[in-house]
Amino acid sequence: MRAADIVVFSWRSLAGYRGRSLMVLLAMSIGVASVLLLTALGEGARRFVLGEFQSLGTHMLVVLPGRSETAGGALGNALGVIPRALTLDDARALRRDPSIASVAPLNVGEVQVQWRGRGRSVGLMGSSRELIDIRGWRMAAGRFLPAVDWDRSPPVCVIGHRIRNELFGRHAAIGQWLRLGPQRCRIIGVLAAQGKTIDVNLDEQVIVPVALAQSLLNVPSLFRIIIAVRSQAQMEHARRFILDTLKRRHHGEEDVTVITQDAVLETFDNILSALTYGISGIAAISLIVAGVLVMNVMLVVVTQRRSEIGLLKALGASRRGILALILGEAALLSLLGAALGLAVGLSGSALIRSQYPDLQASPPLWALFASVGVALATGLLFSLLPARRAARLDPVDALQRGRG
Amino acid sequence: MPAMIELEDIHRLFRVGEETVHALDGIDLRIDTGEYVSVMGPSGSGKSTLLNLLGLLDRPSSGRYRLAGEDVTAMNEAQRADARNRLIGFVFQSFHLIPRLTAFENVELPMILAGIDPARRHEQVQQALHSLGLADRARHKPDQLSGGQRQRVAIARAIVNRPRLLLADEPTGNLDQKSGHEVIETLEALNRQGITLIVVTHDPALGERARRALTLVDGRIEADIRRPANGPATSGA
Ligand SMILES: Nc1ncnc2c1ncn2[C@@H]1O[C@H](COP(=O)(O)OP(=O)(O)OP(=O)(O)O)[C@@H](O)[C@H]1O
Ligand SMILES: [Mg+2]
Repeated sequence: MRAADIVVFSWRSLAGYRGRSLMVLLAMSIGVASVLLLTALGEGARRFVLGEFQSLGTHMLVVLPGRSETAGGALGNALGVIPRALTLDDARALRRDPSIASVAPLNVGEVQVQWRGRGRSVGLMGSSRELIDIRGWRMAAGRFLPAVDWDRSPPVCVIGHRIRNELFGRHAAIGQWLRLGPQRCRIIGVLAAQGKTIDVNLDEQVIVPVALAQSLLNVPSLFRIIIAVRSQAQMEHARRFILDTLKRRHHGEEDVTVITQDAVLETFDNILSALTYGISGIAAISLIVAGVLVMNVMLVVVTQRRSEIGLLKALGASRRGILALILGEAALLSLLGAALGLAVGLSGSALIRSQYPDLQASPPLWALFASVGVALATGLLFSLLPARRAARLDPVDALQRGRG
Repeated sequence: MPAMIELEDIHRLFRVGEETVHALDGIDLRIDTGEYVSVMGPSGSGKSTLLNLLGLLDRPSSGRYRLAGEDVTAMNEAQRADARNRLIGFVFQSFHLIPRLTAFENVELPMILAGIDPARRHEQVQQALHSLGLADRARHKPDQLSGGQRQRVAIARAIVNRPRLLLADEPTGNLDQKSGHEVIETLEALNRQGITLIVVTHDPALGERARRALTLVDGRIEADIRRPANGPATSGA
């Protein structure tokens, strides 16, 4: 039998049993479409998060106290070696390499803020002028922290967008005196609304000079040192310089960790990719359900068309010929279903993109191939049983009993 | 004339539960190329079983069967399917046309199964339909045709691959007298063109038209009557 004839014959059978064919088509296409839509959403989320990370600032390094676990930190902890704290002097020392563009110290904590009787607990950040350039934040009003010596603590603060709205409402916030715990600070700037960024909800932060934060939180050390490197090419050099400098300052002990943005990015990338694979795996289950449906339909086909199969055998179809015809029909059905699912899935993700432009939801190429492949494979696999049953039918028996 | 069919001591047993039915019980038979043979006998005597066996739809429990010189009892499933396609045409009592296909497409089926290219198919199908007076019915579906026309479509399908043996099991059983007569004349015309024709029938009038009439009783050949082209019947075997 010629392949083209198998396709035509299968097409005529599918068209002849329209209701049943449409049902399978629907199930197949729902399966394929859901794989595509879910991977599109997963992929969109991944790109969104990666995009957010890239907006954290370019060529950024973060120094934190203590060795990361992978570098034998567990042993150090077991021996009771408490990592030396990072200090403002450590941070200053890091400014001395040409590869480093700027350095900002960072402390975080919580503080009770109050203005004219209204109060709430908010996040407190202590840092310096450099931070805003490194992170690329925008101001809604006023200016960021003044460029003063890090040891000085002028009583000024910058507040997040949400705090401004909640405490001041329609009043102007700039120039007001805000109570921060026991301290009073003048508000010199309001950050533009940032929405939810990955690391911290900026809209609910109060930012003060680092020395002021240290006295408010009563800590002598730093939580992090944030560093902007001049270029991507200098990243490794800068990292080496930071580690060497701090090791020297900490009496030969390498007790800090330097995180590059790339490492964080990679971790998130891995997590989100795994998530996408997971979701699409779940969606693929619907394809298997569709496969079971194909099997049922083909079983019905074989039973209802007994006499036809008997006839084809009488006319000279071998077992292999019958097998080819039934599998051809299943393959055609699965492919049509997959094509329909592709159309629905692709237009669905296009619709999501047009409704939520932030979410670049388009299914990755592998998902296209995988969903169509799985649809075809399950369709064929699940019709193997009915096809074999048909091929084994005794022609005399089939012709007699299936009369009609 | 060379032998078309040679049967040697053919038995066909069916097991039904504990019992064994001896549907064919030691059949020896030779049918030459171009013969016209009718098979008659009471219900359950084994006529259809014999025909299915001759048509390679069924296999004997024992015995030898040579078709056109080839030993078919030694053939495997695929070879028998191929032999059915090349050598044999079937005509059934209940037509067995595929309802969703047109007359043309039904007739085309054996050629599709043989893997013949569409151009040659088209020509041969048209020719077969034409020779059966169905040229203007090619695009009709079976339910748009009369019983006689349906059976003639089935005959066109049976001969489209130019087989050498035509097997008909009660081909007029579902037809009124007039269309039944037309169908038989069609089959006889094909026989005159050289095809070997075997017809199973209950109708003695039809049975006697054949130049050779077999009578089966209980799976055995009870009578084998030959008649010269235009002379009186003579008894043989
Ligand atoms: N598949 C089968 N299983 C069991 N017994 C069968 C089978 N096919 C035929 N038989 C038996 O074999 C015998 C011959 O059957 P067959 O169909 O050949 O008779 P027939 O001469 O064609 O009868 P009819 O004139 O009624 O068509 C019957 O007794 C029948 O019951
Ligand atoms: Mg019968």
